[in-house]
Amino acid sequence: MIDAVTQPFIEFAFMRRALVGCLALSLSAPPIGVFLVLRRMSLMGDVMGHAVLPGAAIGYLLAGLSLFAMSLGGFAAGLAVALAAGLVARSTVLREDASLAGFYLVSLALGVLIVSVRGSNIDLLHVLFGTVLALDDAALLLIAAIATASLAVLAVIYRPLVLECFDPQFLRSASNLSSPTHLTFLVLVVLNLVAGFQALGTLMAVGIMLLPAVSARFWAEDVSGMILVAIGCAFAASLSGLLLSYYANVPTGPAIILLCGVGYLLSMLLGRRSGLIWNLVPRKHLEA
Amino acid sequence: MKHRLVTSIGLALLVLLGISSFAQADDKVKAVASFSILGDMVRRVGGDRVEVVTLVEPDSDAHVFSPTPADAKTLASAQLFFVNGLGFEGWMARLEKSSGFKGETIVASHGVKPHIMVEEEEGGEAETIADPHAWQDLANGKLYVANIRDGLIAADPAGKATYEANAAQYLDAIAKEEAAVKQALGKLPPARRKIITSHDAFVYFGAAYGLEIIAPEGVSTESEASAQDVAKIIRQIKEEHIPAVFLENVTDHRLLDQIARETGAKIGGTLYSDALSGPDGPAPSYLDMFRHNVGALTAALSS
Repeated sequence: MIDAVTQPFIEFAFMRRALVGCLALSLSAPPIGVFLVLRRMSLMGDVMGHAVLPGAAIGYLLAGLSLFAMSLGGFAAGLAVALAAGLVARSTVLREDASLAGFYLVSLALGVLIVSVRGSNIDLLHVLFGTVLALDDAALLLIAAIATASLAVLAVIYRPLVLECFDPQFLRSASNLSSPTHLTFLVLVVLNLVAGFQALGTLMAVGIMLLPAVSARFWAEDVSGMILVAIGCAFAASLSGLLLSYYANVPTGPAIILLCGVGYLLSMLLGRRSGLIWNLVPRKHLEA
Repeated sequence: MKHRLVTSIGLALLVLLGISSFAQADDKVKAVASFSILGDMVRRVGGDRVEVVTLVEPDSDAHVFSPTPADAKTLASAQLFFVNGLGFEGWMARLEKSSGFKGETIVASHGVKPHIMVEEEEGGEAETIADPHAWQDLANGKLYVANIRDGLIAADPAGKATYEANAAQYLDAIAKEEAAVKQALGKLPPARRKIITSHDAFVYFGAAYGLEIIAPEGVSTESEASAQDVAKIIRQIKEEHIPAVFLENVTDHRLLDQIARETGAKIGGTLYSDALSGPDGPAPSYLDMFRHNVGALTAALSS
């Protein structure tokens, strides 16, 4: 049994690389996801995942499949959309969710259009879905660097961020850290999406950020507990997703995200906090 | 008097110009070819008498091509539509119907003996389909040329002599290239006659010229490789000591870079399979494509 788990990683360097990449992602993206969930910004993550696409596409258009250009473009575009959506929500009648939906559809269409203009339409698939099996040194370094930086920054802004989740009024009245915290957090979201997009593609990168976070909501009482559970979920899904892809012959990125989804379903049913099963059991107990 | 002369000469010139441009527009056969390799062949056989438009541009993948309204318009005004057939252009039937194309469709691969491949469907049911990449064998290329010639003659009998002369010249050039390919690849030692490429478009090529072709992905670029696929191919390279891994102009090369890094196999440059390069690239025509591919193959395999 243990052999079956370790053998693919011992035999193949590409499996080791994929694992390292996914574990690095699992370390930094789920905590960000936890804060997105707590701040009711889950859909925001999704929107920014799509917003990264046109930027990456422009990078691709200018420099081909270049890691640096595509990451930089994705980062700039994701940040621009996040800021623009916030600005529109604050200064017009449109609510933030509506303006986000607008921006997200426009960016997706723009991204597809830009990649297609270049001619080789096949590359769009690789941009959308990424290639976790083909992580080279540069991509691994980028993911690891982003994971390290975002964990460090998260540690620095942890307190105001938690306050902003639960009592934004208090934070605003007690200090002037509210907007800098929010902005830094947005930067972290986009950075993690850019890292995830190297491995899993733009559509799937959001999955490893949000699914473990929403699963963790069913288990842990406090923020730090949720973060630990989310990281654990993402670790488990990455490892088992890679093994599933190896043994059952299915594409790797979707396998990892699907297993995150399985984790979510199980948490929803069995979770210690308000899992569906636990809601049923006490009622039967009372009747008896 | 002088004034009137100038005017009438001018008028006459105008009329002449009008007639000649009208005549020119009329006597050129308007043909559409589905992809760049076929477009090049039709151009060679048709010469000046045929105006050829190619739907799938050079360096693009015909498997996942999606036609635009402009393509439908181009096709609607054409007299001839050259396609590869053998299921290569999955989008063809829909485009023909939606564009209201009234002309003749000519299947260039008509008469080719197709390789059958087994594609595993979801649910474990195997399905056999013909491998469409028949042009990768120059012997089939000759059949293509003959089909194109016959199609053009049927549509434009007045140009029969031209088409026959062009086709004869072209067939001659293909035969010469065929001999050169066989000679160049024949020199390779048997142990080094294996290659891996990212898209198995070279089954016909391999069968015709004695190379074993192994691909890390399925027949079509639509399928996404799983960890198992990649693991299998790495094992195979290591066990069978496959010397070279080739990249292609249409698929993601990052996966192949990874495989090459892990096995120490040589990355042998780009092979052109489904599409030609642009006019400034290494494979702007059908025969240039063979010259380029054979050059890349012998360079990687003979060392």
